[in-house]
Amino acid sequence: MSDDQAINRDRRQFFGMTAAMASLAVAPGVFLSQVKSARAVATQAASDQNRWGMLIDTSKCASGCNDCVTACNKENGISGIHGTATDAQWIRKVTLRDKLTGYVQSLPLLCQHCENPPCVDVCPTGASMKRADGIVLVDKHICIGCRYCMMACPYKARSFIHEVLDEQKAVAPRGKGTVESCTMCVQRVDANRGEEDKTKHRDPACVEACNNNGHKAMWFGDLKDPNSEIVAELQKHGGQQLRPDLQLNTGVRYQGIN
Amino acid sequence: MKKPRYLELEGRSFGYYLLLVILGCFIATGLAAFLYMEHEGHWVTRMDNQIVWGTPHVFAVFLIVAASGALNIASISSVFGKAIYKPLAPLSALLAIALLAGGLAVLVLDLGRPERVIIAMTYYNFKSIFAWNIILYNGFFAIVIVYLWMMMERRFNQYSKFAGLFAFLWRLILTTGTGSIFGFLVARSAYNAAIMAPMFIVLSFAYGLAIFNIVVVAAYSWSKRELGAALLMKLRRLLGLFIAAGLYFVAVYHLTNIYITQHHGVESFILLGSGDTNKIYMKVFWLGQILIGGIIPLLLIYAPALKGRTSMILASSLVILGGLSQMYVTIIGGQAFPLEIFPGKEVIESSFHDGVVNAYSPSLPEAMLGLGGVAIALFLVVFAIKVLRILPQSLADREIDPHYSEPQPAA
Repeated sequence: MSDDQAINRDRRQFFGMTAAMASLAVAPGVFLSQVKSARAVATQAASDQNRWGMLIDTSKCASGCNDCVTACNKENGISGIHGTATDAQWIRKVTLRDKLTGYVQSLPLLCQHCENPPCVDVCPTGASMKRADGIVLVDKHICIGCRYCMMACPYKARSFIHEVLDEQKAVAPRGKGTVESCTMCVQRVDANRGEEDKTKHRDPACVEACNNNGHKAMWFGDLKDPNSEIVAELQKHGGQQLRPDLQLNTGVRYQGIN
Repeated sequence: MKKPRYLELEGRSFGYYLLLVILGCFIATGLAAFLYMEHEGHWVTRMDNQIVWGTPHVFAVFLIVAASGALNIASISSVFGKAIYKPLAPLSALLAIALLAGGLAVLVLDLGRPERVIIAMTYYNFKSIFAWNIILYNGFFAIVIVYLWMMMERRFNQYSKFAGLFAFLWRLILTTGTGSIFGFLVARSAYNAAIMAPMFIVLSFAYGLAIFNIVVVAAYSWSKRELGAALLMKLRRLLGLFIAAGLYFVAVYHLTNIYITQHHGVESFILLGSGDTNKIYMKVFWLGQILIGGIIPLLLIYAPALKGRTSMILASSLVILGGLSQMYVTIIGGQAFPLEIFPGKEVIESSFHDGVVNAYSPSLPEAMLGLGGVAIALFLVVFAIKVLRILPQSLADREIDPHYSEPQPAA
């Protein structure tokens, strides 16, 4: 082999190596930019142009009906494990009697998705957080399981996971030792944003179940959209907060508590 | 008055090693309880979605509050210039560090995700009083260690007064933070009160001093070093003052609630046991916190016939029991009383225990973890006084009391 051939071989190797290293250096960047653009779509959904909320007409909420609870459990993969004291409950039915009049009524109780949530205030790591669109969530990656949010919530809306969980739903990841609560079926809310045909938008599981069984006691919608059904109903008949004295400006409102 | 001479404990006796072994056993059982709870999840305890903070928090908060109180003796000597307490200042600082370490160990090991404690140190939500407390606890360690170092290193002695002042201010802020964990909670009737912070500070004075008294007397009795009667009398009277001040704050807290109609429910629940089948919180409050933790110790301290060490140690022990009772009533009683989600309504049916008094009794793993924290604190002290020059060789009155005068020989 002549010296020229040897030099050419070395040059080829050098160029080859350089190209390989350049690819290695650039590839993660290309990959990450793809990830970034995918994430950009997801974060678009949580905009402060929306405020997702619910309205519950207690006069239509049937005593003994548990369909909203069943639907929530099915959608989010919640099941009874060690009894009601430690099991998670994102939504529950409560029956009340007025101390003065004796009037009895039934209603579903869930996270009220406050504008000023005490759970978010007290969380040391910021795991308890409120999205721009008003949905209050727990970031399971940084929740340390201190339960201070459970001490702070005026509605007892949160549950602590007391045991190892199996067979979770992909749309609602959960984990032992962390705290959780109603997400307003955020997976459905986020899926709706990619769907331009509004007739295909899905309500949270509890609202859907209440509509499907004909009680129609629950509305879900954008409290900032003047054309939404929920705003129209609120303007027509009003809707009150639970513990309005705390001035938390809840995203869940009730009619007919009296 | 001479300059005190500090000397390590010899620490070779059978009794010394036995004490370490006993404390080590408690630490081991505490760790075993932690591993069990961490592996299985919290359902194996009696904590649940109603009583979210249980017995571990009773011990943890008590130890953390007592830690700031244990620094009192050092503060009184450095900041307020009381010379008689100066020889005990290093022990006071050591005990403060040890109690905080024990309390934090329990708090961290009871987390749902204890392995994420690093997240608590790296992700801060500055609106959270809990996040502030994490900074206050870490700062307390750093400041008190520096303070201790300046007291022990002759070259830096001149700066110890400044460090002592800084540590004193820090401990006041720290206990304000601990009390505010409850004071800032708007949702629950038993909390949501600004007085929680100063009340915790005053209670910390008594709890910390009670533990300090027992440690001093035990260390000096068992090591057969001299401990003067004048010093003991001062410690005894100081404890009496702190107990009385604590009772005053507890009285004001309850009187305010009794006056406000909105809080009648929680007050009759705690003070009279209304709605509580076993009246457990009423008993723990009146018998544990007030009688055993307040009135009996005051009688033991101020009864003219009682002047010896035994009555002081008994009074200090009762203050500790009373302190644990107070934490039980505050933390668990405060959660046992149902949330007022629907004022004016009673809940007649709920799958989530709404509107009812929540049941709780401590489980064995919870108690083991809590006691493990106490053992960690004591182990640190017992070990440190052997390897560091913390304890003065003598605490005899002639050595430390600036007003000491030799007894006059009989004419």
